[in-house]
Amino acid sequence: MSEVDKKKSPARDASPGSVPAPRDASDDAKEFLSVRNLSVHFDTDDGLVKSVDGVSFDLKAGQTLGIVGESGSGKSVTSLGIMGLHTSERARIGGEIWLDGEELIGAGPERVRKLRGQKMAMIFQDPLSALHPYYSIGSQIVEAHRVHHKVDKKTAKKRAIEMLDRVGIPEPQRRYEDYPHQFSGGMRQRAMIAMALVNNPRLLIADEPTTALDVTVQAQILDLIRDLQKEFGSAVVMITHDLGVVAEIADSLLVMYAGRCVERGTAEEVFYQPQHPYTWGLLGSMPRIDREQTERLVPVKGSPPSLINVPSGCAFHPRCPYADVPADNITRTERPELKPAGDGEGHYSACHMTREQRDRIWTEEIAPKL
Amino acid sequence: MAAYIIRRVFAAVLLLLVVSAVTFAIFFLVPRLGGQTLDSMAAQYVGKSPDPDVIAAVKKNLGLDQPLYLQYWHFIKGIVVGAEYQFGPDPVTCNAPCFGYSFKTHTEIWPQIVDRIPVTLSLAVGAAVIWVLSGVATGVVSALKRGSIFDRLSMGVALAGVSLPMFFTGLVVLAIFGNGEYVPFTENPLEWAGSLVLPWCTLALLYSALYARLTRAGMLETMGEDYIRTARAKGLKERKVVVKHGLRAALTPLVTIFGMDFALLLGGAVITERVFSFQGMGAMAINGVTTADLPKVMGVTLVAAFFIVLCNLLVDLVYAAIDPRVRLS
Ligand SMILES: Nc1ncnc2c1ncn2[C@@H]1O[C@H](COP(=O)(O)OP(=O)(O)OP(=O)(O)O)[C@@H](O)[C@H]1O
Ligand code: SF4
Ligand SMILES: [Mg+2]
Repeated sequence: MSEVDKKKSPARDASPGSVPAPRDASDDAKEFLSVRNLSVHFDTDDGLVKSVDGVSFDLKAGQTLGIVGESGSGKSVTSLGIMGLHTSERARIGGEIWLDGEELIGAGPERVRKLRGQKMAMIFQDPLSALHPYYSIGSQIVEAHRVHHKVDKKTAKKRAIEMLDRVGIPEPQRRYEDYPHQFSGGMRQRAMIAMALVNNPRLLIADEPTTALDVTVQAQILDLIRDLQKEFGSAVVMITHDLGVVAEIADSLLVMYAGRCVERGTAEEVFYQPQHPYTWGLLGSMPRIDREQTERLVPVKGSPPSLINVPSGCAFHPRCPYADVPADNITRTERPELKPAGDGEGHYSACHMTREQRDRIWTEEIAPKL
Repeated sequence: MAAYIIRRVFAAVLLLLVVSAVTFAIFFLVPRLGGQTLDSMAAQYVGKSPDPDVIAAVKKNLGLDQPLYLQYWHFIKGIVVGAEYQFGPDPVTCNAPCFGYSFKTHTEIWPQIVDRIPVTLSLAVGAAVIWVLSGVATGVVSALKRGSIFDRLSMGVALAGVSLPMFFTGLVVLAIFGNGEYVPFTENPLEWAGSLVLPWCTLALLYSALYARLTRAGMLETMGEDYIRTARAKGLKERKVVVKHGLRAALTPLVTIFGMDFALLLGGAVITERVFSFQGMGAMAINGVTTADLPKVMGVTLVAAFFIVLCNLLVDLVYAAIDPRVRLS
């Protein structure tokens, strides 16, 4: 996995362990985003869906946090929760979200609305359905700008064209008038990024921004996000189920399973000393350039658990090959707490195995096969 | 956009020609295929006294003995430049646009239609304004407050409104409020509106119930779209999200339905006119059918068809104005 090494920036070396242990957000003013014990449950006819159940993390300005996990693990629900976009009356939201020293869950919806699009912005997976088909690209960007800035249409238009130019849309003057269906997939995502960044937000949440795009376009979009982040110094939350994506741009990683965080640490820690069997599974399913396509390992065996009747004990136990390693069947009866694991001080994992057991399995059984 | 408009207008004119040809064929070709002789056809145009001379005159005047395409040509020509009928001692002129001549009442058809259009138009426009405003407003509020008392109540009323036949609501309204007479707008706008309030509301009830349900369904669907989430993510006020991003998309399919409903009404709100004894196009059609006055029926049919084609054209244009994907493809 030496390609990860090469991508490391000097800035990242200067601040090892950039995700500290969860503590009171007011302790450290430098954290731009602090999520504490976030839970998002949906009251459905079938029962309470625990889509996100006690997730915590911190993120500094200028840093990128990658959130990974398979489909249904609660990545999108987490990010929509931060943005205050759970409008359903059936959503039950708990915990704390601190954005630049301000708590959002307790704040009124009007206050959160004012922050949305201004201090925090979001880009979505499918840019075609996320853009309104009836309004031109330009007018949608202008609208985003004018919600938060009292400027006339001309100034806003100038700003929108500037942004289109910045995200690499050719002939921005002309393409400003175009409608979403006249753009290609990659261009639409660029336009979405222009729209999200038009107000210089200090937090950008990207929910699988490249999943709907061609492989070549994917790389361009990731490069663009990385460049813009450097330029604007914003904090980025990059959501994906593709570890290859986060390997390229994340400073720290959060691995989600069944609405909970199972492992968290710097990108290096999670890639080189992963401390959770689910993370091992994800690493094993990661496509690699240096390996034949046919040799690619299968994704984690088994199917994602129900979020209504989450498995007892460790939610991963029905799929975990090492469920019997910890003594006394504890894996099935007791939920493992997130505990310090590995060498870095910010490296946490939720597994009943001892550090020795995990290290032995990792070095002897998993790492050689990767 | 200009090219699109020209294309649609051209298509509409073509459609109009086809529709008129089909209508013409229904009245002049189908009876013959059904085994009628020229004489028996001509007899239909002249009441019950089968005076052979009169029948012969009608046959000649209508040109029933000529080839069909020539008859159609004369008919179209009559609409454009007028026609003349040799009937009895003096020739009868039928001024352009000549939509036929009733040999039973000895009157031209077009002036009768012109007389009745304002009645039908008043009825249709007024009712449409009421049902669109009330239906859409109810539908939007119901969708946004889904499951609330308002939603359940209004959807219950809407279900009843859709199911109740016009005869019933109309007659109930009549029984309660009594009947008024139609007053032309040019005579007294206030009394005009007064005379129309009851028929408007009766007619609108049926449609607004339907439109409320359609709007509610459309809003529920669009408010779940990704672009609504994007609009919220921008920090737009909820009101703007609903109206500018939600409603506009939700109403698009309604444009087509409205175009059809309105066009059909312009051809005559048959039952409403009947219940309230209004002399509109619907009443004229009924009158034509009951007295077996074929030119009358044909005239109304053609005008109704014209309105349908016209409304269709307008729907196409409105669609293009709303949805850039239509206009730019
Ligand atoms: N409004 C809702 N009501 C009920 N359940 C919901 C709702 N929104 C999301 N969920 C459930 O929450 C779970 C987590 O969904 P989420 O969209 O966060 O997954 P994800 O990790 O983003 O997956 P993907 O990779 O497919 O995007 C899913 O099982 C989903 O069915
Ligand atoms: S706690 Fe047990 S089941 Fe869960 S990941 Fe660790 S070993 Fe596997
Ligand atoms: Mg998702």
